Amino acid sequence: MPKAKNTAAETATEKEDFALHSLQEALDADKRYKPSKEELLRFYEQMLLIRRFEEKAGQLYGLGLIGGFCHLYIGQEAVAVGLQSALDGSKDSVITGYRDHGHMLAYGIDPKVIMAELTGREAGISKGKGGSMHMFSVEHRFYGGHGIVGAQVSLGAGLAFAHKYREDGGVAMAYFGDGAANQGQVYESFNMAALWKLPIIFVIENNGYAMGTAVKRGSAETHFHRRGTAFRIPGMSVDGMDVLEVRKSAEIALEYVRAGNGPVLMELNTYRYRGHSMSDPAKYRSREEVQGVREKRDPIDHAKNELIAMGVTEESLKELDKRVRAQVAESADFAENSPEPTPSELYTDVLVESY
Amino acid sequence: MAIELKMPALSPTMEEGKLAKWLVKEGDEVTSGDILAEIETDKATMEFEAVDEGTIGKLLVAEGTEGVKVGTVIAVLAGEGEDASAIEAPKAEAKLDEQPASGEKPAEDKKPAESGTANLHSDIKTARDPELPHGTNMKTSTVREALRDAMAEEMRRDSRVFVMGEEVAEYQGAYKVTQGLLEEFGPTRVIDTPITEYGFAGIGTGAAMGGLRPIVEFMTFNFAMQAIDHIINSAAKTNYMSGGQMRCPVVFRGPNGAASRVGAQHSQNYGPWYANVPGLVVIAPYDASDAKGLLKAAIRSEDPVVFLENELVYGRSFELPELDDHVLPIGKARIMREGKDVTIVSYSIGVGLALEAAEALAAEGIEAEVIDLRTLRPLDKETVLASLAKTNRLVVAEEGFPVCSIASEISAICMEEGFDSLDAPVVRVCNEDVPLPYAANLEKMAIIDADRIVAAVKKVTYR
Repeated sequence: MPKAKNTAAETATEKEDFALHSLQEALDADKRYKPSKEELLRFYEQMLLIRRFEEKAGQLYGLGLIGGFCHLYIGQEAVAVGLQSALDGSKDSVITGYRDHGHMLAYGIDPKVIMAELTGREAGISKGKGGSMHMFSVEHRFYGGHGIVGAQVSLGAGLAFAHKYREDGGVAMAYFGDGAANQGQVYESFNMAALWKLPIIFVIENNGYAMGTAVKRGSAETHFHRRGTAFRIPGMSVDGMDVLEVRKSAEIALEYVRAGNGPVLMELNTYRYRGHSMSDPAKYRSREEVQGVREKRDPIDHAKNELIAMGVTEESLKELDKRVRAQVAESADFAENSPEPTPSELYTDVLVESY
Repeated sequence: MAIELKMPALSPTMEEGKLAKWLVKEGDEVTSGDILAEIETDKATMEFEAVDEGTIGKLLVAEGTEGVKVGTVIAVLAGEGEDASAIEAPKAEAKLDEQPASGEKPAEDKKPAESGTANLHSDIKTARDPELPHGTNMKTSTVREALRDAMAEEMRRDSRVFVMGEEVAEYQGAYKVTQGLLEEFGPTRVIDTPITEYGFAGIGTGAAMGGLRPIVEFMTFNFAMQAIDHIINSAAKTNYMSGGQMRCPVVFRGPNGAASRVGAQHSQNYGPWYANVPGLVVIAPYDASDAKGLLKAAIRSEDPVVFLENELVYGRSFELPELDDHVLPIGKARIMREGKDVTIVSYSIGVGLALEAAEALAAEGIEAEVIDLRTLRPLDKETVLASLAKTNRLVVAEEGFPVCSIASEISAICMEEGFDSLDAPVVRVCNEDVPLPYAANLEKMAIIDADRIVAAVKKVTYR
């Protein structure tokens, strides 16, 4: 069939469609951030801290020191580290779901108060009253830590609304999973964020499984970065196992959002090595699948190889590992030895004011 | 045959309106769809269209007439072949509430029964709040205006305060509560949202977490069911879960409770639902002074507040203090009428009925004390128990379901903490325990009224 001549309207549509792909094209043209040795060492150390911290949290859970639900970030470290590294900590805000320990560590929050929250102690960041899924640091502009799947997407749009309202130049980053991406409120928020040009980056951490449901069993459109198209939100598909590609994509997205163009939707393709939570035996995937990712795509190994190629010695990396392990061990000691909240804490912080 | 044109009901709750303007004159030919008049309700100005063709015979109600009851014949239209000028005005019809002269069944028994929300009608003006400073000047204001003024004053005072919701800006509010705010504060602070309660409640809550002072209007609290996750899980629990470091000073407000003939999905009192949740403040005022003073307090509060209004009360006029900054304490009940024989506890629209009942009881020599809870959480137990200690008998009147209600809570408090004061069991007067029906007669059966409160009082006073 001969191709019909473009009408003016079609051309305009094509231009708009191009705008929706323009960020992806910018990334594809130059995928990786070029770090200095020091920068890459910092990324590596942060990713390692998250991994060692989470491994320790897993152990403490096994010992009964951590209760309830506990969702580990092992495997996904490059996402939080790469994206956070591009944010301006003095004005940007971040919000995520319940898989939040890694994000907090990437934001520079003290591992001791995070671990003490996991063990439900008074020294925990929420005085032991929030637990693994409900941690916040207003000081670091980290707004949680939310236990209801998808809630952080609307709440994050609210943070972005506040940035725009105050004209403070800040951008909100709202992280959620491939499972949360199917929640209705996500699309309500996409609509309003695009309608009002809110300064927000929606980050879908696609780790392949919504709890035990593989993406293809739960999602009609598995290319999550396309899901903003109906709202004219440009999307980007990013290798979430490569901290340098993550960093680069964040810079492209931030530039677009800071210019007042409204939201961006990023899909970070990643993988979680552990179960959904500590109580998940992960029978829905094969050992080989997990092992394959660990061997071929591990974000920390990947960064390590690049550091060695840049001339960093094995010994200095071993030293770094030791230091991180010591830091994690210290946070675990702190978390085990801190007292539980005093009984009077039961009744505090229900309301701010007295009536 | 001449066609009578009657004052139309332009909303579910409209009982009367102003015939603002005639757009036709006697002798004009009209066809179906022509605009005949402009009619003003307390919510909006509406156009009144012809539905038949003919010639305007007589205009029976002059333009500018206020308080024209729904159903009043306002004009007569002559049909084809009729002489418009010869048409006589119809004789005044018997009013609905007039009793037929004889004991026979009235000829009008095919007319629909009065709406159930007529049960909730009250003309009683509330007494001046004794807590107000001595010598305060008072003016008359509707509850609707009082709420609007509360928002406007707080928006002038604090640039972090903004209002968002469906139709709050350009439409001037679905129930006209936000009228004029867009004009004064502009579209960055008065924000129309799409019809997506879950999403915008989350955005409002997130904006509060981010340091703003949002007022989130729900067109009615029935639609807030879509958003209840954010009200409870995101707003109410944040402060506690964060160990007191992350606050959420948001106000969720809008009409709550039964409206008129809108059926089960649009007629529910959510007071007990929200009052169940620690971490929320829940306010349900009755008169204009409390509506204004408590909404201002709610906007200033560091805590998330659910502020329950009532559509049927929006248009009621009360005395409102003329103070520069009329802010009332949250968590304090108000004694609306003093009495020694029995206590009637209520809130929101129930307060008007409790006052009606007290008036009727006084005529029979029973002095009822009427308490308006005003705040449902935290509940002012002390005022209730002090009154119970005085009267030794207590009735709770609540426009809402009886099961797990505020009335149930008051009963439990009286039993646990006021048992020695009780000379009779506490009696709950609530709506019937059924989804609110549409049919007028059934609706009337379902909704509380003053007579039921009187009967309950007689029961506890053994009269």
